[in-house]
Amino acid sequence: MFPFSFEWIWDMVHMVFHGALWYALSIIGMGMTYCIIKAAYDSAQGSKGDHH
Amino acid sequence: MDTALIPKGVKRCPLPQFLAGLGAAHVVLLWGVFAMLLCWLKGLNQTNMNNAYGFAMWIWADRAVIALGGGAFFTGFLRYIVGKDKLKYIINYAVLIGFICYSSALLILAIDIGQPLRGWFIFWHANVHSMLTEVAFCLTAYFFVLCVEYLPLVLENRQIDKVPFFHNLTHNMHEIMAVFAATGAFLSFFHQGSLGGVAGVLFGRPFGFREHILIWPFTFFLFTWSAAACGPCFTILITKITEAIARKKLVKDDVIELLAKISGWMMLTYIIAKTIDTIYWAVVTAPSKGLALSHFYTNNALYGYWILILEVVICGWVPALILITDKGRKNQFTLWLAVILAVIGVSLNRWVMVLQVLAVPVMPFIKWVLYFPSWQEVATTILPVAYGVILIMISYRYLPIFPQEAELNPLEPPALPEDEPEAGEEAAQEAEVQEDQKTGEGDLQPAEA
Repeated sequence: MFPFSFEWIWDMVHMVFHGALWYALSIIGMGMTYCIIKAAYDSAQGSKGDHH
Repeated sequence: MDTALIPKGVKRCPLPQFLAGLGAAHVVLLWGVFAMLLCWLKGLNQTNMNNAYGFAMWIWADRAVIALGGGAFFTGFLRYIVGKDKLKYIINYAVLIGFICYSSALLILAIDIGQPLRGWFIFWHANVHSMLTEVAFCLTAYFFVLCVEYLPLVLENRQIDKVPFFHNLTHNMHEIMAVFAATGAFLSFFHQGSLGGVAGVLFGRPFGFREHILIWPFTFFLFTWSAAACGPCFTILITKITEAIARKKLVKDDVIELLAKISGWMMLTYIIAKTIDTIYWAVVTAPSKGLALSHFYTNNALYGYWILILEVVICGWVPALILITDKGRKNQFTLWLAVILAVIGVSLNRWVMVLQVLAVPVMPFIKWVLYFPSWQEVATTILPVAYGVILIMISYRYLPIFPQEAELNPLEPPALPEDEPEAGEEAAQEAEVQEDQKTGEGDLQPAEA
């Protein structure tokens, strides 16, 4: 799962498989982090976004 | 009692009636949980799986719900990437159905592995040469995407939405939802495909084996295609069932017809590809392995040519041809018929590609091996259905799933309590709604200014 795991081999299959997994998880994680930080900032500023 | 939690401008059944329905679904749920605990505590000897059937009813159910939940990724793709704006009126429900389907798939897998405490092994000690590893990766990651897509819906509950942080969080998530939807479409493409690829690479089982494009067998593409085609049909079917139970219209016809039209054309192209694939397999691939088509459909008590005709013609061509015609989509009977056939068709396809593959003899001295699930397998397969019903009931009652519901079902003026005492609760609810609407508008003015 990680390059520091004893099973890890630096070959194409490992890089593609795990690269895609971490790529997807990173997008989800960064997206949610952005939303949470911005929501906290907006709330502190007293603004109320309208999504309806 | 719970009127403060019900979305504005809509009417729901009295709380006792709701709790009674919820209780009935919980009885079924508990039956499934009991069977699940038996499998976990006593082991997989509770099932009828054996050396011939390492994959059985659970894996069929798993693949079927993943295909049926494909409506979430494909509707999200159409809404956020292609720009079919009209689908915003049904995307919430598609996401909810997808969330239920994928969480059910993960639950079934957790039962199927026998020792759920070792479920993390597939990530930590990943076999990178297995298509099922790709499935596990994408399935889990896509479930996270569905959680992210479902979360704003939960946060839009009337009371939660009053908290500024949650309101802003929902707003921000809506703004970048296209990023999540694109990630979901990427993940879905690969895990749907890999589920099909599992059967397609079995060169020792000619019933499932297919020709390849690079490393991907044809079944890889057919599975993704069929999920994108039939998933929206399942969304339409569940929407129609919900409307029938609620006895009210929840989504406008033009929205359903648009989704049905896209689904119909996807299904038509899929079934053309599937037919070509089947003919090529029957004429070229299987004979190249020394087997004739009759080998797969004769000399057994269950799997005859009927299953091929049912899957490809009756549950493939028929719904496709209905849904691509304007008349077929507008007629309620044919629309119901088409979506039901499409759902049966894709479920049957998964059955064939999981269980018939294992039933067909692969050696001259081996006979057909038929399988019948144990009650524990049946109960644990029905468990996700009960769970889905419960989640839909709670979500429908407390979350604004259907944006067009209030417009399609305007509330009547409140009845006088002295004339109709039993209408008192509803009248109070409506009065509260009107009061909230006034308050809500008042709250918005400073922010808009």
